[in-house]
Amino acid sequence: MRVFVCMSYVPDTTTKIRFKEANTQLDDASIQWVINPWDELALTRAVELKYDAASPVDEVEIVMVGGVRCEPILRKGLAIGADKATRIDVEPLDAFQTATQLATYLQGKDCGFIVCGIESGDYNEAAVGGMLAELLDYASVSSVSSVQFDGDAPVYQRDVANGKEQVKVDGPAVLIVQKGFARVPKIPNMRGIMTARSKPLDVIPAIEVEPLVEFVEYAAPPAKGRVKMLNTPEELVRSLSDEAKLL
Amino acid sequence: MSILVYIRNVGGQLKKQSLELSAYAKAMADALNLDVTGLVIGTMADGELKKLGNYGMSRVLKVDDEQYNQRVNRVYTRIVEQAVNKTDAKYILFPDNAQGKAIAPRLSVRLRAGFIPQVLDLPSSFEPFTVKKRAFTGKAIATVTAHTERVILTPMLNSFGLPENAQDLEIQSFEPHIEEPDSRLELVGKQLSEEGVQLADADIVVSGGRGMRSSENFAMLEELAATLGAATACSRPVADDGWRPADEHVGQTGKIIAPNIYFAIGISGAIQHVAGVSGAKCIVGINSDPEAPIFEVADYGLVGDAFQIVPELNEVFRKHMHEKK
Ligand SMILES: Cc1cc2nc3c(=O)[nH]c(=O)nc-3n(C[C@H](O)[C@H](O)[C@H](O)COP(=O)(O)OP(=O)(O)OC[C@H]3O[C@@H](n4cnc5c(N)ncnc54)[C@H](O)[C@@H]3O)c2cc1C
Repeated sequence: MRVFVCMSYVPDTTTKIRFKEANTQLDDASIQWVINPWDELALTRAVELKYDAASPVDEVEIVMVGGVRCEPILRKGLAIGADKATRIDVEPLDAFQTATQLATYLQGKDCGFIVCGIESGDYNEAAVGGMLAELLDYASVSSVSSVQFDGDAPVYQRDVANGKEQVKVDGPAVLIVQKGFARVPKIPNMRGIMTARSKPLDVIPAIEVEPLVEFVEYAAPPAKGRVKMLNTPEELVRSLSDEAKLL
Repeated sequence: MSILVYIRNVGGQLKKQSLELSAYAKAMADALNLDVTGLVIGTMADGELKKLGNYGMSRVLKVDDEQYNQRVNRVYTRIVEQAVNKTDAKYILFPDNAQGKAIAPRLSVRLRAGFIPQVLDLPSSFEPFTVKKRAFTGKAIATVTAHTERVILTPMLNSFGLPENAQDLEIQSFEPHIEEPDSRLELVGKQLSEEGVQLADADIVVSGGRGMRSSENFAMLEELAATLGAATACSRPVADDGWRPADEHVGQTGKIIAPNIYFAIGISGAIQHVAGVSGAKCIVGINSDPEAPIFEVADYGLVGDAFQIVPELNEVFRKHMHEKK
């Protein structure tokens, strides 16, 4: 069973975010790009399933929409254990344009399921997975925290408001995964890094797609007022109740 | 024309967020001379739905059919689409949570409507539609425009407030036409979580970090949470080490929450943690290290040993709550 992992790349979480061109564009000069943390967990679990003899997953392919600068990130994904990576050669502009590129590539490709991290740490859209499912007319299962197998049939566990549910999907599904799908990202070992160099990394051209929304300007969030340091629990309760009026 | 609000149905109950969405929609509707219609899928009593009338909603379409109590994203998307067509909705609002984000993107594709999640404020313009949203995990605010005929939004919790605005709420039944009942998704098991305050909806959250030192020590945070009617949460290493369940992990790679009060106890305040709570109205830091970064983002701080402060705090709160009654 082949599994696709859709990956995005985001600024390293500790990077300072700055803008240029009168605050209309991200200043990417000093940014260190990393695999979007949720996608890294998704890939980690997909690779674990590939090495788990009890699971039918035997092939993991990464798909990414992005320019040439994301190739080191794809190599890292291959070092973690994916078999193949495909880069669709265009900068992502919005979730719809990105999802359409992915859908065009994935349409009709045989697979068990497609995994997307819940959101990407840049534009925080949480939208690509759902859009991809609709474009492919596949079922989407969101808030997925694990995958088990009943024979060869995947059973997906999802978090719902008042508990957990296990669902089966007849046909391929798009999984939107969150924390719990894997706990900690897999760190590539030396052997992984060596073999990644010879694994296929295909680059395919993008299609023309108009985005639905446009990011026109950025600003820093409003500065927080200074913290008020208190000395006793009584003072804290009084402040919360009389000053902040939250109790 | 109208503004359509998707009302989250949690076992027949409304969530505060739906009231907020209704109030947000009403503010937009007043600027545009439209009215606010809600859509609820699955069983919910009229008495419960009536509450929405206090916050600016004038009509609810209810799809009261048991076969839809089970959420299937693909089917729900089609039901909302039909309600959009029926009400000629130009703006469609969903809650900014897992359920909203499961359906809204699918609808965006079907309607070719611009989708703007994590909205922080009312639109600053309608021609073209322009609004501010959270970006880069809270490190920036982006201004976004959509030129599409319809626009889908998910306003964040606490982004607007809850002004009352009483309307005569009309409740109508709505029967969608779903051609192929979705046989492609089958429920094979379900476990209900224990009763308790759900983290995503909680007004007050008591959260512990590695400074709590062990899973047993979280008992004192649970006690404090019980006194306050609060939910419990934790930092990532605490969940990674299994001291607390994974679904309590808050932050950039965990849940993003916006309670009224967030207690960060024995939490250093790493940027990735703060990304999950920056929408809180008030952050209280309790930490033995006066230099801990949590104090850079907190509104109130107490320096000291959590093991001493938390039980004391619990006592003072208990008295306070008692006096208030
Ligand atoms: C890609 C990435 C994503 C991440 N995502 C998240 C995320 O989503 N959420 C998250 O939380 N973290 C996340 N992290 C981890 C984050 O960087 C921090 O490591 C983590 O938040 C620290 O957790 P902590 O504050 O509990 O522990 P520590 O940093 O160890 O802090 C413990 C604190 O407790 C205080 N303390 C100790 N003893 C006491 C006492 N007796 N009384 C009072 N205070 C005491 C200490 O002074 C210290 O400030 C992420 C990291 C990366 C790289």
